[in-house]
Amino acid sequence: MSTTVRELGPYLALVLVGFLPNEIWRVFGIVIARGLNEDSELMVWVRAVATAILAGIIAQLILTPPGALAIVPLVVRLGAVTTGFLAFLIVRRSVFVGVLVGEVALVLGALLWA
Amino acid sequence: MGTLPMSSAAAFATGLKAAARSVFVYVIFGTFIGYGALCHDLGFGLPWAVASTVLIWAGPAQVIVVTALGSGVPAGEAAIAVTLSGLRLLPMVAALLPLVKTPATRFWHLLLPAHLTAVSMWVESLRIAPRLPRERRIAFCNGLGIGMVAAAVVAAILGYIMAERLPPLFGAAVLFLTPMSFTVSIARNSRELVDRFAFGFGLTLTPIFALAKVDLALLAGGVLAGTLAFAVHRVAAIVREASSEAASEPQAESEPSREPGGGP
Repeated sequence: MSTTVRELGPYLALVLVGFLPNEIWRVFGIVIARGLNEDSELMVWVRAVATAILAGIIAQLILTPPGALAIVPLVVRLGAVTTGFLAFLIVRRSVFVGVLVGEVALVLGALLWA
Repeated sequence: MGTLPMSSAAAFATGLKAAARSVFVYVIFGTFIGYGALCHDLGFGLPWAVASTVLIWAGPAQVIVVTALGSGVPAGEAAIAVTLSGLRLLPMVAALLPLVKTPATRFWHLLLPAHLTAVSMWVESLRIAPRLPRERRIAFCNGLGIGMVAAAVVAAILGYIMAERLPPLFGAAVLFLTPMSFTVSIARNSRELVDRFAFGFGLTLTPIFALAKVDLALLAGGVLAGTLAFAVHRVAAIVREASSEAASEPQAESEPSREPGGGP
């Protein structure tokens, strides 16, 4: 556990720390998909769990963000994601409009609060 | 199946075109310009930035690896963080593959579409693949995924080269692209009650679990939120059956869309 990623060397670290721990889930996914019927209720549950985990990742990225996003105040992050979502709902459920408006709100908010 | 209106090559090309037209191309471009710049700033080579994008192909995991490598985090700790962030891929792959495979599909046919599965590719495949002939859906998914990876690689190279000229607020803006685009694209794909409840429960339960310092908050929150949403879906189905029986009229299976603007 005390081996740092730096000591492994960049490419070995890429395979051991980046590729394998991530890819294993995709391979497990193939194995599990074998026993699943497209129209089964089990599929509905699997999709619900996938959606819920994604929602959890969104919440964590907004509440405890990585790197440079942390310099933007929490109020601005929450306000921007809400503004983008509302714009998406208002403008014909357009993903493009939602993302664009959210980004503009984030940058303006960060400039005003700074 | 007789004559198919579409060859595998044509389905692959359709996938590439879908990638080019997808709103996610902008998101991927912005995100990976940021990623390329991050790789540059933390002292990685350009080939490493490209190799990590092709091999990992999952934004959150890549950011974890690159920042861990840059800051001397223990390898075991970084690997655990990547394992947790990659967990979402299991139910995503399990939900996508039954839609694209046929009885003739072999295990190794599924390795590439599974590897290419990321939120952007998953959202677009679930939306578009069901409209194509089943035999051509894997080729379509491969085209879609490879088109998206190609966009990411080009953006990572550009970001790497431009790293020193990017304004500081840019870093925050590109990191915000991931949660913002995930939010609206999942909302767009959530046509059924169960998806909306899963989204809402996941959004609220996971931070509560994280605040309460529950171990593996993402896994616990996700499974519980998904299961609760499924329970709501089952109860709604039972209520619907009971009310249609009470009306003693053979109700059509299709659920009416009650969402304003939810139609095509």
